[in-house]
Amino acid sequence: MSDNTNSNGALVRVDGVEKVFHRGSEDIHVLSNLNLHVPSGEFLALMGPSGSGKSTLLNLIGGLDRPTKGTVSIGGERVDQLSDRALAAWRARHVGLVFQFYNLLPVLTAERNVELPLLLTHLSKAQRRKHVETALAVVGLSHRAKHFPRTLSGGEQQRVGIARAIVTDPTILLCDEPTGDLDRKSGDEILSLLQSLNREQGKTIIMVTHDPHASARASRTVYLDKGQLSTTKPE
Amino acid sequence: MKFFYLVWCNLKRKKLRTTLTLLSVVVAFVLFGMLSALKLALGGTINLAAADRLMVRHRVSFVQLLPYSYQQRIAQIPGVTLVSLNVWFGGVYQDPKNQFGSFPVEPEAFLAMNPELSLPEDQKQAWLRTRTGAVVGRTLANRFNWKVGDRVPLNSPIWPNKSGGAWEFDIVGIADAGKKATDTGNIFFRYDYFDEARTYGAGQVGWYQVRVDNPSNAVEIAKAIDVEFANSATETKAETEGAMFQGFAQQIGDIGTIVSLIVAAVFFTILLVAGNTMAQSVRERTQELGVLKAVGFSNELVLGVVLGESLVIAMLGGLTGLFLGWFMVTGMGQASFIQTYFPLFYIPKGDLVLGVVFALGLGFVAGILPALQAMRLRLAEALRREG
Repeated sequence: MSDNTNSNGALVRVDGVEKVFHRGSEDIHVLSNLNLHVPSGEFLALMGPSGSGKSTLLNLIGGLDRPTKGTVSIGGERVDQLSDRALAAWRARHVGLVFQFYNLLPVLTAERNVELPLLLTHLSKAQRRKHVETALAVVGLSHRAKHFPRTLSGGEQQRVGIARAIVTDPTILLCDEPTGDLDRKSGDEILSLLQSLNREQGKTIIMVTHDPHASARASRTVYLDKGQLSTTKPE
Repeated sequence: MKFFYLVWCNLKRKKLRTTLTLLSVVVAFVLFGMLSALKLALGGTINLAAADRLMVRHRVSFVQLLPYSYQQRIAQIPGVTLVSLNVWFGGVYQDPKNQFGSFPVEPEAFLAMNPELSLPEDQKQAWLRTRTGAVVGRTLANRFNWKVGDRVPLNSPIWPNKSGGAWEFDIVGIADAGKKATDTGNIFFRYDYFDEARTYGAGQVGWYQVRVDNPSNAVEIAKAIDVEFANSATETKAETEGAMFQGFAQQIGDIGTIVSLIVAAVFFTILLVAGNTMAQSVRERTQELGVLKAVGFSNELVLGVVLGESLVIAMLGGLTGLFLGWFMVTGMGQASFIQTYFPLFYIPKGDLVLGVVFALGLGFVAGILPALQAMRLRLAEALRREG
């Protein structure tokens, strides 16, 4: 993973980023001259009130959106400059996404959902199956592989979502409120899983959360308010 | 192929809706197949017309007869290489509903004039030897299970027999189709036998088939024939076979245009149905399409997946419809009514290929706009959207 870091050791570099949304004739400045550096192997929690731009920042880091101004580099690669097609290929290789509402495809079984990102690789069917089995084993859901999302609990669905996110062994895991739709017990299990992925497999994780209990599991917490980052919780 | 599973699973998402859409496509293609057969049945003989053959009939109508002596005079007109006579006999077998094409002809000239009818040489010789001999087309022979050696009684409401009873013919040959569209639902027997035994009209024929040496001279030769008999008691109307068959078809209406318009209307409706289904399907799963993009599916691949769904529905429905249409047309073609009045009743191969092309086109046109819509979804917005 260290090969992917920038010259200053940061895997993720967000420099001078602005993000403006246009709503009719109105410009909404969500992020202003924002800087964030995340070293490889860090488990970073990103907190802030609703509408503070947490998810927007996560989208910029994950190449799901582009900054209005500034640069986003992951592993030394300027993500904000990639074409749509190159960005899609980059996401497939480097980013694992975990969503608040799991975002599993209801028409696919758990294992087929996990297999989705692998369809974009050159792996054979047998190799894909092996990767899926491994990912499901990591999240402790091997026994639910053939189940459709509607037959799984929320916690199980999120585990499938995490398995889908890690199945390609991405450079970085981006989690958008991964426990936001779960009860405390299931949420704890998911957080433990993320923690173990960070500690045992060295995964770099950026997690957006509202929940101080969740952010306590991270190695560092930063706060986003009014488009600016700080290391202290805003008043 | 690894993405086909995804396409297939998406189609199974709303089974009832997919099934209903599929059924509407199936019905459209069944209709397409049946209309193709009907179009052929009503106008297909035009395609059988030979460019170097003329038809010479009475100027007033087909019902009026021409003198037998015209045969020699027509043969002497420059450019004419062969003349063959025909009479409409109107033969009925056993029951009035069993009416089919039945024609007194002169065997040698007739067979030379109509090479699309294939008759073994020994059966041709038998026909030349047997005054009461008749040659039956394969379709008609199969219909009544007639075989060489059978004696077949036919009644004619037009031509009573001098004996007062039925006409009796000895089957000496079974003629096969030299090419696919050839009508083998008729019976042919000798003119000399017919002419001698009929109660009236001796020495008269229904029409002549005339072969010319060069198709490009056909119109001029037709004019020359009409001029030859102008101002006589029995004036003629000579025209190319194609023009005559076309004239018949136009008496019913412009079948091709009518059928094409019906097919176009049906396909346009199905296009709207399938297009609406696909558009609705894309709207319902905006977030899922966003997920596909988020995990790395390119815009083009998302377009391909959505378009693939449309193509699968159209091809599945189209091929099923064409098969069912073919099956139904084949079954209907066995009915004696169809065999009697529409001897050419099948879906031409060209139309089957056209049907497959239509299915592909339908899938593409119905799916392309929703697929483009899916392709252009902005990723971050799609993930935020509910359903």
